[in-house]
Amino acid sequence: MLRSPRTLLSVTSAALLVAGLAACGGTTKDSNTNAGSGTQASAAADPNAAIKEGLKIAFLPKQLNNPYSDVETGGGKVAVEELKGEYKLVGPNDASASSQVSYINTLIQQQQDVIVVAANDPNAVCPSLNQARAAKIKVITFDSDASKDCRDAFINQATTEGIGQSLAKMALEQAGGEGEIAVLSATPNATNQNSWIEVMKEELKKPEYAKLKLVKVAYGNDDDQKSFQEAQGLLQSYPNLKAIVAPTTVGIAAAARYISSSSYKGKVAVTGLGLPNQMREYVKDDTVKKFALWNPADIGYLAAFAGAAMASGQITGAPGEKFKAGKLGEYTIGADGEIVLGPPTEFTKENIDQFNF
Amino acid sequence: MSDIDLGKRPAANRSGALRSRLTSWDSIILVLTALVLIIASFTVDNFGTSRNFTFMVLDLLPIILIALPMTMIIVTGEIDLSVASTLGLTSSMMGWLWNQGLSIESIIPLCIAIGAICGVVNGFLITTLGLPSLAVTIGTLALYRGLAFVVLGDGAVADFPWNYTGWVTGTIGGGAVPNVLILIVVLALIFGIVQHATPFGRSLYAIGANAQAAHFSGIRVARTKFWLYVASGAVAGLVGVLWTLRYSSARADNGAGLELAVVAAVLLGGVSIFGGKGSLPGVLAGVVLLTALQNALRLEDVSGQALNIVTGTLLVLSVLLPNITTAVRGNWQRRKLRQAAAR
Amino acid sequence: MTVTSDRSAPTDAPLGAPAAKRFGGLLKTRELGIVLALALLVAYTAIDNPRFLSGQSIRDNLLNTAILAVMATGQAVVVITRNIDLSVGSVLGISAFAVATLMSNQDLPMVVGLLAGLAIGAVAGLVNGVLVRYGKVPALVVTLGTLYIYRGITYSWAGGSQVNADELPRHFLTFANDSILGIPWLVLIALVVVAAGSVMMRNYRVGRELYAMGSSPAAAELAGIKVARNLLGAFVLSGALAGLAGVLYAARFGTVDAAAGTGLELNVVAAVVVGGVAVFGGSGSVWGAALGALLLTVIGSALAVLDINQFWQQAIVGALIILAICADRLVAVRIARSLRKRDAHV
Repeated sequence: MLRSPRTLLSVTSAALLVAGLAACGGTTKDSNTNAGSGTQASAAADPNAAIKEGLKIAFLPKQLNNPYSDVETGGGKVAVEELKGEYKLVGPNDASASSQVSYINTLIQQQQDVIVVAANDPNAVCPSLNQARAAKIKVITFDSDASKDCRDAFINQATTEGIGQSLAKMALEQAGGEGEIAVLSATPNATNQNSWIEVMKEELKKPEYAKLKLVKVAYGNDDDQKSFQEAQGLLQSYPNLKAIVAPTTVGIAAAARYISSSSYKGKVAVTGLGLPNQMREYVKDDTVKKFALWNPADIGYLAAFAGAAMASGQITGAPGEKFKAGKLGEYTIGADGEIVLGPPTEFTKENIDQFNF
Repeated sequence: MSDIDLGKRPAANRSGALRSRLTSWDSIILVLTALVLIIASFTVDNFGTSRNFTFMVLDLLPIILIALPMTMIIVTGEIDLSVASTLGLTSSMMGWLWNQGLSIESIIPLCIAIGAICGVVNGFLITTLGLPSLAVTIGTLALYRGLAFVVLGDGAVADFPWNYTGWVTGTIGGGAVPNVLILIVVLALIFGIVQHATPFGRSLYAIGANAQAAHFSGIRVARTKFWLYVASGAVAGLVGVLWTLRYSSARADNGAGLELAVVAAVLLGGVSIFGGKGSLPGVLAGVVLLTALQNALRLEDVSGQALNIVTGTLLVLSVLLPNITTAVRGNWQRRKLRQAAAR
Repeated sequence: MTVTSDRSAPTDAPLGAPAAKRFGGLLKTRELGIVLALALLVAYTAIDNPRFLSGQSIRDNLLNTAILAVMATGQAVVVITRNIDLSVGSVLGISAFAVATLMSNQDLPMVVGLLAGLAIGAVAGLVNGVLVRYGKVPALVVTLGTLYIYRGITYSWAGGSQVNADELPRHFLTFANDSILGIPWLVLIALVVVAAGSVMMRNYRVGRELYAMGSSPAAAELAGIKVARNLLGAFVLSGALAGLAGVLYAARFGTVDAAAGTGLELNVVAAVVVGGVAVFGGSGSVWGAALGALLLTVIGSALAVLDINQFWQQAIVGALIILAICADRLVAVRIARSLRKRDAHV
């Protein structure tokens, strides 16, 4: 009896080692050259090619049951109908990278023409997306980009600089020109939020922001309850806080809800990126004076048109190519296959009732 | 129960045993799995293609590997809920070590060792201190996942070498057989032989049926359980490595929630949560059934939400149905006996 | 542990009473341990940042504890009977979404919402109980299955939609923050639930029967306890309280989608275990579980205030669970030793 478990262990570990040491040599981070890039051999673009009808365009947002994604994909649906294509919406219930891969695999099997995806992790979805591209499926990313070498084009809601600067500007206004501010972000490894916060930090080094002090970046994980509690924590740790800047729709709504129901109302400003429908109540009760966002429906709309143009051979994703995107007009592809939607809209008490998303 | 009365007639006993063998849940699940595979290949577009086969194997890889030691643990009447967190911690450590400049060839065995250490901690708490495994592994579930976030926190590490990430997602010679299938087959064979063809394997059933009796008949109960937890941790560590390579992304949240899928698959495969009962082929069939069903339903555009309902219902049915058939059979036999007595 | 006195009482009446007192003392030290840990934590945090003891901060902590404490009460009762209810997070989700939808369509009074939540939860709990008792399926399996099923139903129903704060009636949203005599309604409800649960388990026959069932299911059945009725009752209670927690969740957070309460079952089980309820049933108390919920919540907010990397939070909770069961084990071993001594003396 004494021997058996040991035998089990040694046999198991031997098998594990064989599996682990399958290859030779010592591959380290430095010696590593990533050869797994895309295998796209696209033909030259024909700007005059007609948009094909009946294109199968599938949307894969970060997760279902997220109101922001719903608005985005809703815009995509409108566009696909205008294009006379077949619209499909699939997605996981949780915003994890690995669950998106199974859906990409399914879409490959179903031989879609275009996959429009918001990547939960820029790298984890890459191998699957490249398999899709090898199967002649066009891959457009929106909202949150995948690695450059595994998608054909990226619909950028606004330039990273534009958003970061606008966040810094709103923070300055709301804090009254000086004092402590804090950021309430999404997950600690959210690609978008981190790059905006970086730009914001750079911006804060400029002289006009000298009296503004960023004391903390907190993470609410895009979870309502967690964001709510993080907002509480911020105010307890930093009693002199003047403004909370939340560059995520979940975070700003949670922070606004906490402030509006606490004794800090009127003393601490909340601003950032939010959905008008979620924020309307807090704008009207003066918890929030101003926040910003691009129109998410336009992102989905633009992505569908870009995908259709690409699947029809009008564009290949090379910089400088132009295509028409229905009601939004003409767009030009920028460096690295990026297509920028335009500047964000600022929402205040005066204009918020004009928006419904 | 009534089987004892029937025992006087050897012929009836044998046919009864055969019948109960055929109607036992692990045979039912095998048939059910075969049926789902056959029906899906004919009715679901793109299900039977070789590429879909690869996708399916990759999807079931983590569940099937972790289910191997989990089956043994549940057979002894214990449970290990910390496996997915061990996977996450291993994945985090893998990313961290890679950033430290270690070679991937030394990281992989190290990571498996880290998994094994997680198993040692579980095993120590459960066997040496005699704490209940359910509570301990709920604790280490939180602990290991927490440590995973402490190690890697903010980031994801992604730049693993292509020849490794490509191996995990690739197929043998570019054909239809995924590379990782070899790994699954080898490990399943090892675990299957140990569980079903060695004295050690039989001792697991003895422990599950009655740990005290097993102890008095000379089985080292604590030691056996301890090594099962170490094996479980090591396999979870290996899966952490494979997971990281498959998605070329080391993250602290990798595999979150997987423990429930594994336990569901093991129970679906006919292993009794009270221990002492169940077979590895049944569990393998359970994993394949769950994965194939999910794959087929997804291809048919059934939403992921409905998949939750299917998984949950199958799980409850896997225990409920055998109970009902046993009850019905017991009733039927009692009635027959009563009739015989009346005559 | 107290149930030991129950078992010895009929055969050994004179010895039963002092034994009960003695075990009561031990039990007190178990819960005293949590109170001490709590006091230390609060003191340390408050020295670092006095605002941790401000009215707003205390209020926030209590509000955050309320929902967890309500669920922990139901869970404690189920665990005491040597069962477990893993479906509570999903029950909270389905109840929160159902009640938010109900309230958003019409202007109904708050009481209707509370009752609806309780009813939905009770039905979900009844399903669990029936499957456990009459289907003879272990509670772990049943509630793991219904965890998936209830969540799946909520997702299918919601279909990606969510109820926003601006769709909910004002009185529903202010319910979470309104207070009576300075105590928020949410906290008041939690206090009533915990107090009622404690009294039921300590002083009422049915409570003692639940302990007896957890100590020895077979003996309880032979002793003529209505095991089926009690077991169903325990699951219905746990479900109903999770349903109630769903309403409180909707009122407190305002925005409800199908994912509300995902993964909460682990926090609830953690609170119960940290609070001194043994997973093998038969010992522990409801108010211990509530203290566990309070401790877990305070740890969370203390980490934020102390500016400790929030990534440590989960690891600390895990270590705490293990510490708690180690402590329970120690107490149990000591009791066994003292019992042996006493027996030798007799």
